[in-house]
Amino acid sequence: MGNTLETPMTRLVESMADQIISGLGGPTDLVLVGIRTRGDVLANRIEPLLRERGVTKLDRGTLDITLYRDDLSEIGPLPLVKPTVMDCDIGGRPLVIVDDVIFTGRSVRAALDALTDFGRPRVVRLAVLVDRGGRELPIHPDFVALRLPDLPPTQRVSVRLTETDNADQILVESR
Amino acid sequence: MPQTTSWTSKHLLDLESLTAEQIAFVLDTADTFAEVSTRSVKKVPALRGKVVVNAFFEDSTRTRTSFALAASRLSADVIDFSEKGSSVSKGETLIDTARNIEAMGIDAIIIRHQAAGSAALLARTVKCSVINAGDGAHEHPTQGLLDLYTIRKRFGRVEGLKVAIVGDIANSRVARSDLWGLTRLGAEVILVGPPTLLPRAFERLATGPGRVRVVHDFDAVCGEVDVINMLRVQNERMKSAQFPTVREFTRWFGLTWDRFQRCKPDVFVMHPGPMNRGVEIHNEIADGPNSGILKQVEYGLAVRMAVLYLTMQAE
Repeated sequence: MGNTLETPMTRLVESMADQIISGLGGPTDLVLVGIRTRGDVLANRIEPLLRERGVTKLDRGTLDITLYRDDLSEIGPLPLVKPTVMDCDIGGRPLVIVDDVIFTGRSVRAALDALTDFGRPRVVRLAVLVDRGGRELPIHPDFVALRLPDLPPTQRVSVRLTETDNADQILVESR
Repeated sequence: MPQTTSWTSKHLLDLESLTAEQIAFVLDTADTFAEVSTRSVKKVPALRGKVVVNAFFEDSTRTRTSFALAASRLSADVIDFSEKGSSVSKGETLIDTARNIEAMGIDAIIIRHQAAGSAALLARTVKCSVINAGDGAHEHPTQGLLDLYTIRKRFGRVEGLKVAIVGDIANSRVARSDLWGLTRLGAEVILVGPPTLLPRAFERLATGPGRVRVVHDFDAVCGEVDVINMLRVQNERMKSAQFPTVREFTRWFGLTWDRFQRCKPDVFVMHPGPMNRGVEIHNEIADGPNSGILKQVEYGLAVRMAVLYLTMQAE
């Protein structure tokens, strides 16, 4: 049915880390926020890479955006909402949101809404593993590890990660 | 991580009809909403644009306020509906109320009513969500859920615990909701009260995996239980023939200081409120380190947020 893209995940994650470092001009202070579920797993992998690359003051956050979605009534049976964890102060600091796939941009909009309830970062950037095109909002990622040509909405891009799915894979399949 | 359970019901009418998985799903969701109340902005937009009606036909402070606050933390608008002074008979009042509410385009009705089954009647009449906030002596499901949540927070589990529910069991909707929820999650429930207020038939209500025991002697069981849930002595019933005198009740079924000394040292004491200090519960126990009474109120908010969110988002 589907198509598996054979690119080593490690290299893509390293690319995300490298782009974050150069894009923010070699920051020493950073808040790294993952969107549940797979964005958060990716953020866990990126975190040590950023520390190796000179980010000494690095805080992690986790966002569950379910409560901020504008399409709640369209997503079928309700998934379990998990806690959002933002224990650090985000005010005045650079912040990077991490997600696995960017499609319509609605998840990112929800994440931005959620963030405003916790403070006002100096700058917010968006890092994604895969950009598959198809935006419905004026939202674009700053750091992209893998850019696919605009896929029709009938195609689904799924990222699988060892921590949650027992394998590192990017899958393109028909809905 | 496949999601095996989920929530699909737009009403919460009782705990009797819920599975252990559904109950656990609500409690897990409540865990998430507890976090919202710790933020500096204690509000999420999940129910923005929705309207909730608090329709209380009986007095309440805790439950009514808790539901209103829960709705507002989810960004829903809350309207108070009262039928004070109405001379219409119960059935007609409810149906009329339901029709009025439907006509106003409301998304959920939280109802407390003196008639058992009133929430279910309403759920059959209207298209919006109905949440039972206490119907007669039938059920008070959100109280049952918050009791389960409080116990789970304290012990990390419900299964295998021994829980005593003490007092006027026959007239208590809290006792019934607790009974269904606790047994479904695998606790052993020991109902304690005078024979006039605790029929033996309650033993047949167990649905497993937990068990139910009916006991008329508090002293015989107080040393073996992990949790004691003291029910409120209802002043309006004290004069009835079923009821002993207040002093007699306290002596045999109250959580007195003397009796408390014979309980497990870490026994967890609960009370759904409002308390009659010195009648069913000793003052210092209510305010002491074993008491979970204020935790119940605190957790009740998170549980009600979870219930409103799940029912109002369900198709």
